[in-house]
Amino acid sequence: MKPVHERGRKPGLSGRRAVIAIPYVWLLVFFLLPFLVVARISVSEMEATAIGDIVRWRDGAIDINLRWQTYWLLLTDDLYFSTYVASLKYAGVTTLLCLAIGYPFAYFMARARRSIQPALLMLVMMPFWTSFLLRVYAWKALLSENGLAARAIEGLGLDRLLAAAGLIPGPGQLMNTPFSLVLGMTYTYLPFMILPLYSNLAKMDLRLLEAASDLGASAWTAFWTITVPLSRAGIVAGAMLVFIPCVGEYVIPELLGGPQTQMIGRTLWDEFFSNNDWPMACAVAVTMILLVIVPIAIFSRNQGDASPSRA
Amino acid sequence: MSAEAFLQIRNVVKSFDGHLAVDDVSIDIAQGEVFALLGSSGCGKTTLLRMLAGFEAPTSGTIRLGGRDLAGLPPYARPMNMMFQSYALFPHLSVADNIAFGLKRDGLGADAVASRVDAMLKLVQLGPFAGRKPHQLSGGQQQRVALARSLAKKPQLLLLDEPLGALDKKLREETQIELGHIINDVGVTCVMVTHDQEEAMTMAGRIAVMSEGRLLQVGPPDEIYEAPATRFVADFIGNVNLMDGTLVESAADHAVVDCGDITHWIGKGVAGGRGQRVTVALRPEKIRIGRAEPLPHGLAADPSLNRVRGIVKEVAYFGSFTVYHLRLAGGATLKISQSNAERQAGDTLARDDAAWASWTPGSQVVLTK
Repeated sequence: MKPVHERGRKPGLSGRRAVIAIPYVWLLVFFLLPFLVVARISVSEMEATAIGDIVRWRDGAIDINLRWQTYWLLLTDDLYFSTYVASLKYAGVTTLLCLAIGYPFAYFMARARRSIQPALLMLVMMPFWTSFLLRVYAWKALLSENGLAARAIEGLGLDRLLAAAGLIPGPGQLMNTPFSLVLGMTYTYLPFMILPLYSNLAKMDLRLLEAASDLGASAWTAFWTITVPLSRAGIVAGAMLVFIPCVGEYVIPELLGGPQTQMIGRTLWDEFFSNNDWPMACAVAVTMILLVIVPIAIFSRNQGDASPSRA
Repeated sequence: MSAEAFLQIRNVVKSFDGHLAVDDVSIDIAQGEVFALLGSSGCGKTTLLRMLAGFEAPTSGTIRLGGRDLAGLPPYARPMNMMFQSYALFPHLSVADNIAFGLKRDGLGADAVASRVDAMLKLVQLGPFAGRKPHQLSGGQQQRVALARSLAKKPQLLLLDEPLGALDKKLREETQIELGHIINDVGVTCVMVTHDQEEAMTMAGRIAVMSEGRLLQVGPPDEIYEAPATRFVADFIGNVNLMDGTLVESAADHAVVDCGDITHWIGKGVAGGRGQRVTVALRPEKIRIGRAEPLPHGLAADPSLNRVRGIVKEVAYFGSFTVYHLRLAGGATLKISQSNAERQAGDTLARDDAAWASWTPGSQVVLTK
């Protein structure tokens, strides 16, 4: 015998499918298809833009005509390699800085009195009320020779420290350096680290900390053995939200970076608009996506093995 | 100083924003004793337990364990462990790592930790589950992990916060006995908090009944049940008929209380003189019910046999016993619980039957508070 509610389930299921299908169709049409177009251009000649030029029926056999020179060039030319390394490096440093600044921030926000938490959350999101471009431009002014931030940094003697660390060419030269680039990216992407961390930490069961304390753990030990492992999902989400866009960031390196900080976004621009070499530009883009996606896929797979029923 | 109790709670007060959660509580608990704090929610029992564990500091008063004042000691420095309500197991750690957590904090070597964890797993019979995560265990298994974790460090004092509260009824009865065995085998001094009187009575050697932050009565379970000190305790523990009346006769070996419908003959002396207002407490299971008028030793006029006539208004059959509500002439209702020691057949009392209730002179408790 079938359960009574069986009959009512069909429309419910198809409705559920429709709700899931709409964003998938959207992504298919506006992400996957364009990506395939980009991937196709990356393996074709400049002129060859039709499918027929790549896959052709000839003498009873499929003739696939791919040109891998673009990818070969990517692998062999130092310029591309170094821009990829620079992109990953600056994105990685930015992610670590955002985590180092964002974690304590999110932690104390989640442990603040419930009544003031919405206000604190609002403050974190406040920068979004101003144009992103405007905020990055503001840093240009702040870090320029007589800028407020520049004078503060120089006044504290921090520029000597930065120069010693090789982040700026010399004291007093803050703009268009790795320092200004990472500062700008950290500033811009910090909220994306804080928000997932906050929502994760706010959900934590505080009795677990009492249990840890009862079992002999000091607050510091309890933090490292209980709070941090339990917030791993939040750390991963925040790190991805910062790292992925940072790798492909174009505007911030353009405005705050310098000759030392050529990143992949800049290379893409050059290939498209200066060199007009679309296949090369597309190959750069495809490689960038693979560089980001493959490690994440492996990571999230391991994550799934480690804890079967926890996100 | 004369022999000081193992755990000494002296005049402990805790107030939250002027509200007294714990109001001048003093308890002495001996080593090896299992002690229960019993009360409804908000009575201060959990606050008292949290002060023992060190999560709250008393507003005033002292807590001493083994002759040492615990004031100012943080939870992690106290030689006691707590089994939390709904357990607070670490979800990211395996069963074995949960149990090992406290041992590692003591800086024990890996071998010592492993052998202690094995011993604890054996104690709670969870050996095969050592590698599982808490969410892969049933409620009863989680409860045992929590117990093993709190016993792993050989605490001088074990604190249990509603230890069986998260289990369903059937499992609770089994676990209650098992938990009692383990605690007795280990021999650890134990303070538990519960709102469930059955849990308190079966597991604890002594019970403290709390209400509104105060201790109302401390004693072994049978004393609390059979000789409640106040109206509140009598009413809180088990079922009871409470009847207000006046003391009309007060002698060394007996007393008589007039409660309107019923004149109680009490088989022992009562503190207080004639005319004093008192409350008589009478447990339903101490009353017998039947159709015929009870005649002790064939003497119809013996005043020491308490009896009253009424009409059965309610019959609730529970299988092993039956509860009757007997309406008395004055309108009051007497609850009577009769054990069905023999199989019920034929002539049972039904609604609207007239019946006699009777009880012996030693059944009642006379309360003046």
